[in-house]
Amino acid sequence: MNKKTSILHSNFLYTIIAILIGFIIGAIFLVWAGVSPMEAYFKILDSVISKPKNIITTLAYAAPVILTGLSVAFSFRTGVFNIGAEGQFVVGTLAAALIGIFVDVPAVIHIPLCIIAAAAAGALWSLVCGVMKVKRGIHEVLSFIMFNWIAYYLSNYVVNIEGVKKESGGEATKDLLDSARLIVDGNNCAIFIAVVLAVITWVIIEKTTLGYKLKAVGFNKFSAQYAGIDSGKSILTALAISGALAGIGGAVQVMGMGGRVAQFASQEGYGFEGITVALIGASNPLGVIFAGIFYGAMKFGGSKLTMIHAPSEIINIIMGCVVIFIAIAHVFKALFLSIGKKKEAN
Amino acid sequence: MEKMSHMDPNTVVVEMKEIVKRFGNFTANDHINLKVHKGEVHAILGENGAGKSTLMNVLYGLYKPTEGDIYINGEKTDIHSPKHAIELGIGMVHQHFMLIQPFTVTDNIILGVEPRKGIVVDKKLARQKVLEISEKYGMAVDPDAKIEDISVGMQQRVEILKVLYRGADTLILDEPTASLTPQEIDELMEIIKNLTADGKSIILITHKLKEIKACADNCTIIRLGKYIDTVKVGEVTENDLAAMMVGRNVNFKVEKKEQEAGKLALSIKDLHAKDYRGVEILKGLSLDVHEGEIVGLAGVDGNGQTELVEILTGLKKAESGEITMAGTDIFNKTPKETFEAGVSSIPADRQKHGLVLEFSVADNLILQHFEEAPFSKNGILSKKAIADNASQLVEKYDIRPPHCENRPAKTLSGGNQQKVIIAREVTNDKELLIAVNPTRGLDVGAIEFVHKYIVEQRNKGRAILLVSFELDEIMSLSDRIEVIFDGQITGSVSGKDANEKELGFLMAGGKNHE
Repeated sequence: MNKKTSILHSNFLYTIIAILIGFIIGAIFLVWAGVSPMEAYFKILDSVISKPKNIITTLAYAAPVILTGLSVAFSFRTGVFNIGAEGQFVVGTLAAALIGIFVDVPAVIHIPLCIIAAAAAGALWSLVCGVMKVKRGIHEVLSFIMFNWIAYYLSNYVVNIEGVKKESGGEATKDLLDSARLIVDGNNCAIFIAVVLAVITWVIIEKTTLGYKLKAVGFNKFSAQYAGIDSGKSILTALAISGALAGIGGAVQVMGMGGRVAQFASQEGYGFEGITVALIGASNPLGVIFAGIFYGAMKFGGSKLTMIHAPSEIINIIMGCVVIFIAIAHVFKALFLSIGKKKEAN
Repeated sequence: MEKMSHMDPNTVVVEMKEIVKRFGNFTANDHINLKVHKGEVHAILGENGAGKSTLMNVLYGLYKPTEGDIYINGEKTDIHSPKHAIELGIGMVHQHFMLIQPFTVTDNIILGVEPRKGIVVDKKLARQKVLEISEKYGMAVDPDAKIEDISVGMQQRVEILKVLYRGADTLILDEPTASLTPQEIDELMEIIKNLTADGKSIILITHKLKEIKACADNCTIIRLGKYIDTVKVGEVTENDLAAMMVGRNVNFKVEKKEQEAGKLALSIKDLHAKDYRGVEILKGLSLDVHEGEIVGLAGVDGNGQTELVEILTGLKKAESGEITMAGTDIFNKTPKETFEAGVSSIPADRQKHGLVLEFSVADNLILQHFEEAPFSKNGILSKKAIADNASQLVEKYDIRPPHCENRPAKTLSGGNQQKVIIAREVTNDKELLIAVNPTRGLDVGAIEFVHKYIVEQRNKGRAILLVSFELDEIMSLSDRIEVIFDGQITGSVSGKDANEKELGFLMAGGKNHE
């Protein structure tokens, strides 16, 4: 009985159920659109795993969302809600791009420099909202959303500055120097940075006094204060780390995939996808790795759906449903546990 | 307190026979019997977690008993829902009130059973009916006041009125005095008397022996889910009841050897402070606590005790004054600085200030020390040192359930949560221990435990400042009692000579220095 109960209590089960339900609902819409769900899902799977090259591309898609996922997960674990990962991602992209374009140093220095600049930019962007929260009590969700838009327009402004803008026309910056690209033999290796940072984040949360302190403040600010922990400082530290992770997400995106920053027509959504990834990964940094790869696979595989004339938007429907069903997992949990109990009583 | 019984021994209104309630393989109620007569106050006594609430939830139709029968007015009845229980004349007043804050008293009482005129609620009739019942039983309430504006005592009267309005003849009161002031408790006792005089029966769930002695006719004792006995309250002593409840003899008299107070530990001079609204709440308070003495701070809630403790522990800033701890200035310092200067405390609100409920017991036990050796080194936590510390303290302080080191603190009972805090603060071994209502909501077994540790700390030469609304606690523990009234110390009596009457007089603002 104990084993069964522990399975019924584990979050993993409900995540799997939520993903299955997401696919079932996606299938309904596919049928509606006149596409065979089996064919569409096979296409996604096939495009992800058929060639080693595709697996690498999937991981390249995964890296930035793993990092924004880590950013959001870290904020969840420490009692703040970083809905501003989007903006931090954008300023991270920008900082990495500027260093990548204008500083000419060997790759060994250049790559870390870009990443540090992006981390600093993301942390700073997040900290401004943090200071407003700690000093003035302004709720971080409001200021983060506004800062997402400020970052958006800031980026579009910088992209169009004379000297930054690509000379041969096009609404984008110049290309990053090769020494700032995360590309080895034509393969994007951003995933390694994402995985290493996930492990570091996990260590910080689970193994360090810093993690203990930040979690204590996140769970119960009053007890933490009572025990002599400076809660304001802790909240700022948590937000800075969270912002830095999202900023690095922006860096690996521009250094791995894009190679330049294009003018936005709309918010790109990496930060918001981070919320999805954090939820699927149960806010556990190691879980976030797998959730991010799953999301990366869906994004990459989904982009191939047009080849069989299926709408690639179906991916957004599936991911949206997954999040909803994870969010209401406690309903399933209560349901299953009560069914389990009834069976036991009989 | 004089007592007059209105019990009619020939009319049984509620009878529960051999009730068994199991949850999975856990037996919460194991063959329990209960017989309640018309006009009787029947107490149900048991430690936290003994199965009192389960039994009442069975009677109230919330749980279906696994075995056993219930008879209402002599008739075998299967109570299938709270609604059904109410129809049968059984009403329950929960420990945590279930009132809608922005609604008026009348609205709350009639909610769900509103008198109607056509399709609209007949508010006038409702208000009149509420007033009628409240006057009949001497329960003063303002029918038009909003719940959020009235005192806890009045909220409880509203809960009782709600039950009476629905026509209850048997009232279950679950820990009714847990959040009441001493005056409000007296008023409740009066209301109970009026109700029984009218033929209502009361089932009183409690672990406060004094209240049982004051108002109950009979008492059923439950221990670890098992029925122990039903006794006539008039024929037993408080000690007998306590022994039956915990299964061993309980020592009420706190053993305390005579001891000379040592050198000055905490010194407060002319302290002024404002409360959260900006009104002056401490008006020149001065107080000394020496090593090896327990100073009891007696007073009615709201005279500045909360603010004083917050200032002493660094959570709140004072306006002016002087505070030193063993010679170190701790006036308006941070919590960490005051702690390092030697101030430890058992906070009033254990869940808000004492514990991080989501953390494990082990993590809670190092809340002030996680950055020090052996619990961490170079910023990395040492899981082994934390686990060793926890298993040692869990065993030494008998924190239950056994081996609960890795369970979240929120899964422990209130008494055991308090033990976690005491284990931590006593182990901190600071010069001063401030204990604020350290036994609130605990049963006698746990109270004895807490008192024992406080006295032990004093005997070891620690200075103790005990802030409590329980006069009994202040009187039995303190070497010296200081009375706080309106933000000042208005009187001082030695612990040996204190009597309730004199303290009551001082707490109400009287002076003993004429």
